[in-house]
Amino acid sequence: MVEEIGTNTEGDLIINVGPQHPATHGVLHLVLTLSGETIKKVEPHLGYIHRSIEKMCESLSYRQFIYVTSRMDYLSSHINNHACALTVEKAMQIEVPQRAQYIRVIMDELTRIASHELWWGAMAMDLGAFTPFFHAFRERETITDIMEKTCGARLTMNYMVPGGVMVDLHPDFQKDVKSFIQLYKSKFEEYNELVTGNIIFQNRMKGIGILSKEDAISYGCSGPVARASGVHCDIRKLYPYEIYSQLEFDEILDTAGDSFARYMVRLKEMQQSIRIVEQLIDNIPEGEFQAKTKAVLKLPKGEFYQRVETARGELGVYIVSEGGTTPYRIKFRSPGFSNLSALEHMVKGLKIGDLVAAMGTLDLVIPDIDR
Amino acid sequence: MQALTTRAKAVDRRPMTFLERLYLWNILKGMLITFSHIFKKQPTIQYPEQKRPFSPVFRGLHVLNRDEEGRERCTACGLCAVACPAEAITMEAAERLPGEENLYREEKYAARYEINMLRCIFCGLCEEACPKDAIYLSETFAPASFTRQSFIYGKPDLLIPDPKTQPAELAAAKGLS
Repeated sequence: MVEEIGTNTEGDLIINVGPQHPATHGVLHLVLTLSGETIKKVEPHLGYIHRSIEKMCESLSYRQFIYVTSRMDYLSSHINNHACALTVEKAMQIEVPQRAQYIRVIMDELTRIASHELWWGAMAMDLGAFTPFFHAFRERETITDIMEKTCGARLTMNYMVPGGVMVDLHPDFQKDVKSFIQLYKSKFEEYNELVTGNIIFQNRMKGIGILSKEDAISYGCSGPVARASGVHCDIRKLYPYEIYSQLEFDEILDTAGDSFARYMVRLKEMQQSIRIVEQLIDNIPEGEFQAKTKAVLKLPKGEFYQRVETARGELGVYIVSEGGTTPYRIKFRSPGFSNLSALEHMVKGLKIGDLVAAMGTLDLVIPDIDR
Repeated sequence: MQALTTRAKAVDRRPMTFLERLYLWNILKGMLITFSHIFKKQPTIQYPEQKRPFSPVFRGLHVLNRDEEGRERCTACGLCAVACPAEAITMEAAERLPGEENLYREEKYAARYEINMLRCIFCGLCEEACPKDAIYLSETFAPASFTRQSFIYGKPDLLIPDPKTQPAELAAAKGLS
């Protein structure tokens, strides 16, 4: 129930932020209880973009349902598809060719960079700096161009099929990615000069929205939000899938748990993703890009779970199969929902202006929360 | 900072130097970066006049294909409709009558073939499912209209121009002219 707007019995002001608000990045609706300018209570109201994707998946075949999940976390749609494809492969024990695994991981990391780029620009825009948004989109555009050339679409790539990837790489792929890495390395310093080193920015981020390690664990936070609080939770390290166990990259951890820590963790994660792509791009093995699978996939009876690290945190796909061509039940464990639940704890007692700064560092994607 | 794992990497949290603490210097520095971009190469293109080339796998609006003699390839088998996750494709099959051999390639053809472009998620599964290469996703995109009804594309909207009777239109549709 949405509370009456106005004042409550204690004289606190109750206001709505959203569902149509530029700082909530979508249709997130927060009901704030304010005492003066101080936040006493934050109540997220969800469901404005609920499309019942889990229910929809129950009537789709195992080939089809992968593409619907692109619409959950649309900024890392490739990683969503990856999680679904991995679950089906795990259940059917399909051996994915080495080439497909390399392609998948490169695409995953490019998606992660693109997603973090957008977050970086959007978060700076939340704080009132408009220019970083254009800087971020300029580099992100290069990634979407690479995606479009190979996958066929820019945002909802739909590149995954159970057993591999849909089409082979574009001949220019390696050249494009290498030139992107060069471009990105030169631009990364500019990001730090423009935003990170800025004293106004630092004063608004440091010590704001602190989430302790214990709280991060008890709220079930994952991804950069939890890692900024010092929780070792990178699925790529803990439960490596595909070829992540053979790769060299660091899990970025911070213990401060404030907005600035979350910001720095994401920025450094982008550099780690670049490092992963650099390791793989020259060594893509020759061979099949898709394993031979039957036209109609039938999962054996049972329950299957697979988790991956998306740009926002841990995404879990849980399939209950009755042995038919469609899943009996699907459940997605989305990272955004758990991360959002920690928002009230983070911003309680702060000023209302800090709410947007703290919320920006959570990197919320509302369709991912509502599904 | 106490690292939690051996592979952890600490985030740099040094206190700022005096130069970084100067408020005005930071604003000036930010402005200079922004200003310097006026003289750099433009990353944007003038869209409606200038267009980017697309790769062959780009998934735009659908096209129903014809063979070299201008006969429709589609046999209304319905595999694309089954493969479609969004249930955007509907069709009605009809038998080819004697004398229509120059219109339809095989004995069966689609009398009605509709794709709801508002439902379509452009995943490309119909193209993969088609055994006759009859449907493919073209490089056209961004259709605009005032009514929802006009986004339900029928056969006249989808069919590629006949190479025999409308070679000029076909070349335009393929982007060759």
